[in-house]
Amino acid sequence: MNILAIDTSNQLMGVAILKDEIIIGETVTNIAKNHSVRLMPAIDQLMREVSITPEQLNKVVVAKGPGSYTGVRIGLATAKTLAWALNIPITGVSSLEALAYQGKFFNSYICPFFDARREMVYTGLYQWKNSRLIETDKEKNVNMDDWLHELSQMGKEILFLSPDIHLYKEKIISYIGSQAILPEGPFHQTSPSHLALAGKTKPADDTHLLTPNYLRLAEAEANWLKSKKGNKHDG
Amino acid sequence: MKNDLYILGIETSCDETAVAIVKNGTKIFSNVVASQIESHKRFGGVVPEIASRHHVEQMTIVLEEAFNQAELTWENIDAIAVTEGPGLVGALLVGVNTAKALAFAKQKPLIGVHHIAGHIYANRLENEFEFPLLALIVSGGHTELVLMREHGSYEVIGETRDDAAGEAYDKVARMLELPYPGGPHIDCLASQGEETISFPRAWLENDSYDFSFSGLKSAVINKVHNARQRGEHIEKVDIAASFQASVIDVLTKKTKRAADEYRVKQVIVAGGVAANKGLRAALEKQFSGTNISLLIPSIHLCTDNAAMIAAAGTIAYEQGKRSDLKLNANPSLLLR
Ligand SMILES: [Zn+2]
Repeated sequence: MNILAIDTSNQLMGVAILKDEIIIGETVTNIAKNHSVRLMPAIDQLMREVSITPEQLNKVVVAKGPGSYTGVRIGLATAKTLAWALNIPITGVSSLEALAYQGKFFNSYICPFFDARREMVYTGLYQWKNSRLIETDKEKNVNMDDWLHELSQMGKEILFLSPDIHLYKEKIISYIGSQAILPEGPFHQTSPSHLALAGKTKPADDTHLLTPNYLRLAEAEANWLKSKKGNKHDG
Repeated sequence: MKNDLYILGIETSCDETAVAIVKNGTKIFSNVVASQIESHKRFGGVVPEIASRHHVEQMTIVLEEAFNQAELTWENIDAIAVTEGPGLVGALLVGVNTAKALAFAKQKPLIGVHHIAGHIYANRLENEFEFPLLALIVSGGHTELVLMREHGSYEVIGETRDDAAGEAYDKVARMLELPYPGGPHIDCLASQGEETISFPRAWLENDSYDFSFSGLKSAVINKVHNARQRGEHIEKVDIAASFQASVIDVLTKKTKRAADEYRVKQVIVAGGVAANKGLRAALEKQFSGTNISLLIPSIHLCTDNAAMIAAAGTIAYEQGKRSDLKLNANPSLLLR
């Protein structure tokens, strides 16, 4: 069983190959450089290194967002096409869920998030229970102050995981205080190995129907819906 | 004996998700186009982010359909050709990354194709080329005159300095409150009206084959705006006819002059605006009785499709051109 995992949903670009129970190869870069140019060569090179040909792949796992719209689409276009062309199953995993794997041995709540600009974040709330990752609050695109206020009401320890942690560190502490757990740098990066692991146990998606997990409407669409609603009120 | 070449083409530069399979650059086995026009209509134009979203949702479905319709398998495919530019970057990225994944999964050669080369080669699906030839490309994003002395060689001898002809059409259509996409509506109205207003024609320098449509666009918009302010009735059919007459006049005369100067054997018209009936009629009149043959592809090959990309990719493949897995979308790719 050879699983290829791909994550280009945020600045980090990760590729991993899981052979049965073992990660036999992993490539991670975390630099602001074009995923579109680098993804396919990275997959090609890693697979050559570990001597696995495309036909020897049994499953593709892809981080389906949230994150950069373009990044998510590069990953999905690549992963869906590979799955379709090789006629193998594909599983899309939420990028927030993949990140929450960094808190595998934490007992309380885990809050992974990605900055979504203008004080908004893509986030959700997770908890490990009996070695299973449970989504305890639905993923959403929310104002960080509103979200932290909500979390502060829980009165529980919360592990915050985010590549954008530096943008919100002070805010988190001001709302959550000592119950906020903020680990060191590398814990805030998704590992493509964890992505592979997350996708391994999940059922496959329909290749044609797998779509990005944007968590947000395109701006034009949101405005259009707003204007339609506005018209209704006026009329 | 030379083997037949089967090229898979992929096109996602704007709002059509398209995949096609073409044999020897001339025979279409399948040409599937998933149009997004219905989705963009409500916004009055193509919204790049929405276009990209549709592409990633449609891509594998369209791919599968192209193979089903062609009744071919991967064994038959010699190479994959994809539009690498110009176009909307987010939209192009979906096609480029799809093509790269296919090239890797099936270990097939990959060829990046210029969108305009595709529009020109759409003609070869219906008529063999004779060189030298002149191509007039008119679409929402382009107005260009391209001289070809042989296969795969493109010399841009003239291009728009501001708006593309199709862009002017869209803006004038919006001014006249016509539904999106406006080009066909203007064409239709124009056929019912008269050229009652003499709008400017931008000839530029005597020896130039460049175009300019922004002055014309502003003149039309001012005319309509002033009439509305004075509460005068505007005859939309006449505005459309007068606007279209100006566009066509410049396009046909410059094309004719270039065709004569370079002594071309064929004039090829390509791009979405090539579907315009007024333009077709004017060009036919201009070239009738000359020894230059005028070629305008069928309407479904004028608008964006992937058969044209496969056709242009076939020539590139035969000439040994290859792209590697680093291929990227290039929204401002130059034709050369
Ligand atoms: Zn086009």
